[in-house]
Formats: sequence, C-alpha cells, structure tokens
Amino acid sequence: MTPISIAFLPLTDSAVLIAAREKGFAEEAGIALDLVRTTSWATARDRLVYGQVQAAHMLAPLAIAVTLGLSQHPAALAAPFKLNVNGNALAMASDFAAALDPDPVRRLADPIAAAHDFAGAIGLHRRKPVIGIVHRFSCHALMLRYWLATAGVDADRDVTLRVLPPSLMVEAMRAGEIDGFIAGEPWGSVAVAEGLGEIVAAGSRIWQRGVEKVLAFRADWIEAQAETIDRLLPALARAAIWCDDPANHAELAELLERPGYVGRPAAELMPALTGQMVLRHGEPPVTVPDFMLFQREAANFPWRSQALWIYSQLVRWNMAEADEDNERRAADVFRSDIYRRALAGSGLPMPGASMKVEGALSTPTAVGAHEGALTLGPDRFFDGRAFDPQDVTGYLKGLAAIPPD
Amino acid sequence: MRIAIVDDSGLRATVLEDGLREAGYDDIHVVPPHGAFVAKLERMAPDVVLMDLGSPSRDTLEEMLAVSRALARPIAMFVDQSDDTMIGAAIDAGVSAYVVDGLRKERVKPILDLAIRRFNAFAKMQADLDEARTALADRKTIDRAKAILMKTRGLDEPAAYTLLRSTAMNQGRRIVDVAEALITASSLLGGSE
Repeated sequence: MTPISIAFLPLTDSAVLIAAREKGFAEEAGIALDLVRTTSWATARDRLVYGQVQAAHMLAPLAIAVTLGLSQHPAALAAPFKLNVNGNALAMASDFAAALDPDPVRRLADPIAAAHDFAGAIGLHRRKPVIGIVHRFSCHALMLRYWLATAGVDADRDVTLRVLPPSLMVEAMRAGEIDGFIAGEPWGSVAVAEGLGEIVAAGSRIWQRGVEKVLAFRADWIEAQAETIDRLLPALARAAIWCDDPANHAELAELLERPGYVGRPAAELMPALTGQMVLRHGEPPVTVPDFMLFQREAANFPWRSQALWIYSQLVRWNMAEADEDNERRAADVFRSDIYRRALAGSGLPMPGASMKVEGALSTPTAVGAHEGALTLGPDRFFDGRAFDPQDVTGYLKGLAAIPPD
Repeated sequence: MRIAIVDDSGLRATVLEDGLREAGYDDIHVVPPHGAFVAKLERMAPDVVLMDLGSPSRDTLEEMLAVSRALARPIAMFVDQSDDTMIGAAIDAGVSAYVVDGLRKERVKPILDLAIRRFNAFAKMQADLDEARTALADRKTIDRAKAILMKTRGLDEPAAYTLLRSTAMNQGRRIVDVAEALITASSLLGGSE
C-alpha cells in the first residue's frame, strides 16, 4: 500500500476524496489514503507546499496564485484532476434579500436581472453591504466580481468583501458581521435551513460549467511519483462516478455527515448532491440542473482553457500582471497531460483537445474524444460572452467594454 | 518590538506570552480571532503576528496582510521561506508567523524559535491533562464496579478490589475494562448500583 495524505476542507465538494477512501476505491488501487481535515485554505496550502501532505483539495485559482507567487512565496503546483464542476451558492441575509425580486426562483433563473436588482438594493442599504468570500483567490470571488460588474457594481468600491473560511460564514451572518456570502455547499443551504438567509444566485447559473476545486500536488513531487499518480487518478475517477450516481446520494450524504468530514446533517448536504435547492426557509425545493457535477461530461478533465480563464480574471481584477510568462505558467498548472496518461485505457471518454472556447455551448454537444463518446453540457456564461483561450487580451478588452449600467 | 498573538485558546496564548516575556519581549498583545479582530490588529500595527496554524481565521488575516495599507506589505509567513527545517518545525508545532515588512530576519528568528518551543510545550501540557482526565475517569469506573460487588456479594472494599484485579489478571484485561463490563452487566440485569 502506498500512503498518500490529502488535506481537505469540510465542503460537499470534498466528496470524491471521501468516497475514494470510504468506499475502498483507493484501497483497491493499493493506496492508503489519509484525509487531513483543515479549516482554512491557508493551512491546506501550507501543508501541501511544505510537504506535510502530498496533495490538497484546493480552490483552482489558489493553485494558480501559489504558482504565480501572488501574495505569497511562489511554489509550482500541478492540478491533474478536477474534483468537481460547479457547486457554489450566494446567500444573502433575509433583510437584504427582501430588497431583491421577491420571487427567489426568478432571481436564480435570471442572473442579469438579479445583478441589477442587487445594484439597486445597495442604494437602499444604509451602509456598504459586506459579502463574505472564502478566499481572494477563489472561483466564488471571481464569479461574484464578474456578476456584480455586469450591473456596474465595482466589488472593490461598492461592497466590502470579507474573507472567512466557509464553515464560519453562517455564524458571521448570524452575528450580523456579513450581509451575505458566496461559498461552496452546504453552507448556503445551512444559512437557509437556519432561517438566516436566502440563496439568491447559484454558481451554475453564472457559468454553467464553472471550474471549482482541483486536486493539487507539488509539481516536483508529481513528476517523481508517476507510478503512484497513475494508480490514484483512476481510483478517484471511479469514486467520482460513484458520487455522480443518484442511487448513491443518500449514502454519500451519510458519509459526508460524519464529524471527521463535513460534519453537518445529511439533510443539509442532499440539496447540492441532488440539485434540489431550498432557496428560502420553509419553501419547497427548486430543481437547479447541474448544480454540482463530479464526473460526467469528463468533469475531472483539467481544461487548460479554464486555467487561462482564471488567469484572465486575476488580470482583470488587478491581482496578477498581464504578461506572457504568467499566462503560460497559469495554463501549465492544469496538467491535462498527466490526466491523459493516468486515465489512458480506463475506458473513460478522453477529450481530444486540451483547450476549448469556454462559454460557447448552449446545448449538450458531442465532441471529439480519443476513447468512448463524450458529450459536453452547455457551458455558457450568464452574459453570453465566450472566452477564447487563444485571445486573452481581446477577451479582457471586451469585458472592459461592459457599460457601467 | 511589538508582537501580536492571535489565539482564542486563552491557555495557549498565555503559555506563549509568558515565554516571550521571559525572553525579554514586553510589547505583547493577545487578540482573540473574533469579530473585528482585523481592525484591532491594524490599529495595533505589530511587527510580528503569531497564530495557531489550525485557526480558521488564518485566511482572514492573510487577506488583511495582502490588502492592508496600515501594515505595509507582509514579507510572508514563516519568516524565511528558504529555511525548510524551521518551517517544518513551525508546522509541526502548529504555529504560523506573519512578519510585517521592514523587520530583519535575525530579529525574528528567536521569536519564532521560542514560539515553536512554547507551542510544543503547550501540546505536551494538553496531552498530560488528557491523560490525567482519563486516569480520573478510570478510577471512577473502578469505584462504581467496587460498589456493585460490595453490595451484591457482601464484600468489603479491599476484597472487592482484589476480586476485580484477579479477574482482570486471569482474563488478561485491564481492570477498568473488567469494571466497565461489570457495570454494563449489572445495569442489564436491572441491578441498582
């Protein structure tokens, strides 16, 4: 048995790692998986960078930020496997949500209208709204900024963004320290269940196939451990297939419920797994298609174009310098080559390309694949813009041209 | 040199603070990581911030260091990123340090060294405390089992203890395990202790 330690945070999207351990997928591959629970992303990052664990459940933009040395000592990371697609929700405290469209279903269905309603609600609020984000380098923060910008709201000027670990968001909302937060599940559902807030936007409605958590390794370690990686990734892919199967959702929720994992009641974990989201306390659940994907549509494949989209947003929000070297290093964090090598012969469909135009598909589309048949789901951004990874500069110019309301 | 300790375990912060004072540092402030602790830290403008590695507020503090004007830019955590041994020791001890720019490495290293030693000492203290608690709980269990034997078998206390001990020896089990089994059995049989 090869021992591998992986740091994770208590979130529904740590499911694949937990299933890999608890359902024996790792063991069958000869891997003794040790899962190390941490509360903050900084700790997960440090444990990985300084070699206390071999891998970490990580925010995709954080893996890129660490590699580029943004706000920290640079350390080359490699992400050969995405742990999930989508899974975030924006929850606002009930008093703030009351200033938006009264119908929570309409809010969720039309993010552009919701963003404008939000912009209007800021004016009604007595002070700048404070919104909790889990990390400055998180997909949640990037999506929130993008969504707000559509309605002319400048996240650095018109609202206060406060960084808090996901598991403390609900307490901070109860204490009135934040007016809302965007975080991975189950925390949005917890806020709703406790009657503190309402879910007003879902990540899957902002970008239909948004990149979310990756499994990150140190680049030098992953090169030296090819044989282990080639056993680990197929085991994780099998775990991901198990997690996607609706027949297993109840069991998966029970696994996640354990105190050593997410430690919240299964009833709060089920909405994200099933896409049956309760948006407002006491109301019936609403079906949110593709709320969270674990494996289907090659969800685990690290599209280099998605790493570049993250890079484009880091540049857009003045967090990274626009230069060719940064662009190349950011794209290189997503190791589609290692994914291909490790999962070759697994029978899973393998995308033919490593980049695609993000946001171009409005309906499920069959795409070129090396093995099996691969259909990709709709991947549009809520504003209809497409991201061409060959032309990051042109894309950024287009975004800058969004009229400020 | 102003040192801030961000910690919500009062005991751990005290252990660390005492050590720093003994080492000759006297401008030390303990800040619990709740509510507006970030604003408090900004007003305090410390040279060094020490915090428990497992603290959920680390992300909040790092964000503050990344954007704060009051504190200038941080060098980074763990002082000198090239010193792997020290970083390893700090992580093992559970301490993380943030140093505000402009402070020379030579002045910070002794603080971090000391913090690592004190955090380790705290961990040992905690382990000793847990052990003492377990020992106390064990003794209570054995006392309850003795009481059952004294009542049901009409034994005096030394005889009850001898019976427990010889049973444990014969079965190759710990006395406390035998005592627990006896308490369980007695309650199943409806015995009042």
